[in-house]
Amino acid sequence: MSAEIRQDVVGDTSRAPVSQIPKLGKKATGEAAGYIGGQVSATIDGHELKVPLGTTILEAAKSMGIRIPTLCHHPDLCVAGVCRVCVVEVEGQRTLQAACAYPITAPIKVYTHTQKVRRARRHVVDLLLSEHYGECYTCVRNNNCELQSLAKEFGVDFFRFGHVTEPRFEIDSSSYSVIRDPNKCVLCRRCVRTCIDVQEVGALEASGRSIGTRISTYLDKPLGEVVCINCGQCINRCPTGALHAKDASDDVWRAIEDPTKHVVIQTAPSPRAGIGECFGLPPGVPMTFQMNTALRLAGFDKVFDTNFSADLTIIEEGTELLLRLYKALVAKEPVAFPQFTSCSPGWVKFLEHFYPEYIPNLSSAKSPQQMFGAVIKTYYAQKTGIDPKDIVTVALMPCSAKKFECNRPEMDASGFKDVDYGLTTRELAQMIKEAGIHLPDMPKSDFDDPFGTRTGSGVIFGAMGGVMEAALRTVLELVTGKKVENLFENANIVPVRGFDGVRYVELPVTEVSPTVEPLIAHLVPNWDFLKGVTLKLAVAHGTANAKKVLEDIKAGGPFSKCHFIEFMACPGGCLGGGGQPIPTSPEIRAARAKAIYDEDAASEVRKSHENPAVVELYREFLTDGPCGHVSHRLLHTHYTPRGKYID
Amino acid sequence: MTPVSSKKTPFTFDSIEPESGLKAALGKSRADIIAEISASNLRGRGGAGFPTGTKWNLAAAAKVPPGGRKFVVCNADEGEPGTFKDRVILTEYADLVFEGMTIAGLAIGAADGILYLRGEYLYLRPHLEGVLARRRAANLLGKNVAGRDGFDFDIRIQMGSGAYVCGEETALIESLEGNRGEPRNRPPFPVDTGFDGQPTVVNNVETLAWVACILARSGQWFKSAGTAKSAGFKLFSVSGDCTAPGVYEFPLGVTVQELLDKVGGSGAKAVQIGGASGHCIPASEFSRRIAFEDIATGGSIIVFGPGRDMLTVAKNFMEFFVEESCGQCTPCRAGNARLLEGIEMLERGECSMAYLRELLGLCETMQVASKCGLGQSSPNAFMSILKHFRDEIMGRTAVAH
Repeated sequence: MSAEIRQDVVGDTSRAPVSQIPKLGKKATGEAAGYIGGQVSATIDGHELKVPLGTTILEAAKSMGIRIPTLCHHPDLCVAGVCRVCVVEVEGQRTLQAACAYPITAPIKVYTHTQKVRRARRHVVDLLLSEHYGECYTCVRNNNCELQSLAKEFGVDFFRFGHVTEPRFEIDSSSYSVIRDPNKCVLCRRCVRTCIDVQEVGALEASGRSIGTRISTYLDKPLGEVVCINCGQCINRCPTGALHAKDASDDVWRAIEDPTKHVVIQTAPSPRAGIGECFGLPPGVPMTFQMNTALRLAGFDKVFDTNFSADLTIIEEGTELLLRLYKALVAKEPVAFPQFTSCSPGWVKFLEHFYPEYIPNLSSAKSPQQMFGAVIKTYYAQKTGIDPKDIVTVALMPCSAKKFECNRPEMDASGFKDVDYGLTTRELAQMIKEAGIHLPDMPKSDFDDPFGTRTGSGVIFGAMGGVMEAALRTVLELVTGKKVENLFENANIVPVRGFDGVRYVELPVTEVSPTVEPLIAHLVPNWDFLKGVTLKLAVAHGTANAKKVLEDIKAGGPFSKCHFIEFMACPGGCLGGGGQPIPTSPEIRAARAKAIYDEDAASEVRKSHENPAVVELYREFLTDGPCGHVSHRLLHTHYTPRGKYID
Repeated sequence: MTPVSSKKTPFTFDSIEPESGLKAALGKSRADIIAEISASNLRGRGGAGFPTGTKWNLAAAAKVPPGGRKFVVCNADEGEPGTFKDRVILTEYADLVFEGMTIAGLAIGAADGILYLRGEYLYLRPHLEGVLARRRAANLLGKNVAGRDGFDFDIRIQMGSGAYVCGEETALIESLEGNRGEPRNRPPFPVDTGFDGQPTVVNNVETLAWVACILARSGQWFKSAGTAKSAGFKLFSVSGDCTAPGVYEFPLGVTVQELLDKVGGSGAKAVQIGGASGHCIPASEFSRRIAFEDIATGGSIIVFGPGRDMLTVAKNFMEFFVEESCGQCTPCRAGNARLLEGIEMLERGECSMAYLRELLGLCETMQVASKCGLGQSSPNAFMSILKHFRDEIMGRTAVAH
């Protein structure tokens, strides 16, 4: 068996005006005659260097170690050039230029901190403060606010042009996930560019003009009533407290302090790779075991690993895939292909809004968060003899959409709300701080039984391509009867990993196992139907990329021939989720991914079907097997075609 | 409806034989057409005064991406307060404008012309569509224009929706594309990356009319009028405290006083030149010339008689900018609002000298740090009025400190 990577071309997802997308090096040929190798000389504050033609002043300065302050600029987003904080003096130009937006196409002399520049920047910050309402110490972004930092950096010691003393706008807390406070908005439009360019959702856009400019939803409707997919990517890129997640920590504290409640927390893979950032650690330092100790100290009765239910998801979703293949290839029944993953609630709502016709393609398997909730309030309750009504399930997630997901009305298979509260990584960090704990100093401890076995297959759910890799580790072993280690070095299915927007992989199945694992033997008689089949797989992250794949499927392109596609709403997968520490950038996400893959490599069990807790669950509780009657009731769900047209 | 002409002087346009400019252009190479325009020293009549020949050269030289095409856009979003000369041109000399656009298309290698018409000029559209239809019927538009093989050019009209900022060429292009009318970052410039990302020339209505005249006569002829740095003739929209408001043609370089004498505004206290975004000139400076090297203007002249309260004048302009800023960049969005508040404080006698100095400092920041010409020029009126009429303004009420 070999894995053929045919990487897709998807790269630029920006719908920004062509003129606002920096053309890095694109002009190096043709018009660039005279500039050898497309290089151009930039002299910044007296230091000269050659940069590729089209490099912005900001990038050129950064490469020289010269820092230019910014606000509307974000490394994930197209250029805006609207805040004017990054203005610099360019020799020969009457006006100052926005360093973030100015491409260097001819030799240039730049001065980054002349009196004129410093005064203009100071005025810009003074003006922003004259429109900004809020006391820093009552703000969710206190000490992590770019406006606050700029004010400090420029030595703002009074409100030169006044400031807002009363709130002018209502706070929109209609959404389960994202709260908007327009009083704190500085109109940098990072949320708009995120929502339109990175996610292609378009729930947020600027409306009105001049001092009436607002970031608005469609017809100014509450966020909870528009096409917002709750991904929270806008929160991660908001420089101030204008956007934040709906905080559940007060409810969680109340449950912890209620002696009649048994409070269990499941922790997803990505928060442990990111939470250290909230405690001053560099990105990519895993805090898994310190966090376990801290959670117990904070008062949680049990600390479980979402990896358990991630593995459970793989068994259910993998079985569903094999059944779809069997139905299509053997029984010749009409089956929706490709099968889409369903663990990212942002992605699921995206599909429900924009492509409801593809709901049959979504795996009916619940996400790991919801599977865990259902299992805790049934199996775990039985096993421990605790009345499920006294159990409070909390989910630590890197995600704001998980808050919406746990409130979906259909998520009550246990007879109770399966997951009571979703906490983001940021909220948990706050709770840990409130408890007086400095996380990095905590001694290490393991997860609680019975759901404590750490598996690599579960942990990589946090990274883009992780669900696909975990599914393949299980499906390939079941189908071929061979150890994945014999097919891929160290069982690392590298072709599906990485940060490209879309990946496409073909896996020819050249030989099959003569036997079928007892767990699913009642579903499939043998694997002969897969012999000679080339599995076509794809991975897409960021809903703008998801849209590209879905449009390709609609048009009957190569992705329509796929069997299985992993979709993640957030760039980089869950590790880049909307509940993760702020800020985010490609470098930060890469560091978190490394932490996740390191944990996978260090895990004893790296395949979902070898997770002993999962094996035991099927033996003791889900006795009719994956996709069986009990599992269908507890672990599978249905979806709501929402459409994109709002009343 | 027959619009009443506000023409107060004969226009040079009247002496140009119809289509003679286009005919002359059709007999020339593209390079020669642009050379003729460059030789005329024609500079943009919208106000910014960019040399038209240079603009065309850049667009003509711009590489078109595969499958792409170039565009000629006529900026008829005449929105500067006090300007109405483009309305007169479009009403009475539409052929000349379309002729100019066709010449521009020929010169830069564009097949598509778009007239971006101010929303309030909707009533002109049937008339303009009629002119276009007539030109198509006469093969002055369409395939192989006027028999020149391979030169296809047609013009469509797209309406604006009343935003002042859409007169800024990149905001205009955003609006043409169906987006919010907000200025883009420059560079890249429209001649390289304009409408639909394609090389685009955006010229003012009057500029294009003069293009046709220059091709009909010659660059040399045009240059013989005006001053060394400001060639040719210019239309002026005159309004305010004068006995004969209307549209006038003068060669550039005319002094403010000469103009005032012609329009019946001799006793004026001040003149606003260039509209809300222009400068307020006091009587002591009426000997200055209206020309790119002295006082540049797109043609708006507003006369203020001796009885005018200059703070009210300034307030009127600032209210306009607080209404019309696109709201995108900080200096313009928040800066104009703070300036207007400052004027209101002055009205109430609550503005300290210290705060006034802060506001004048803010004006300088707005001039250099705003993203587009709107915010860069919006403090001009405030600054020039406070400079020239400080005694009047400070004397009208008691100053707080």
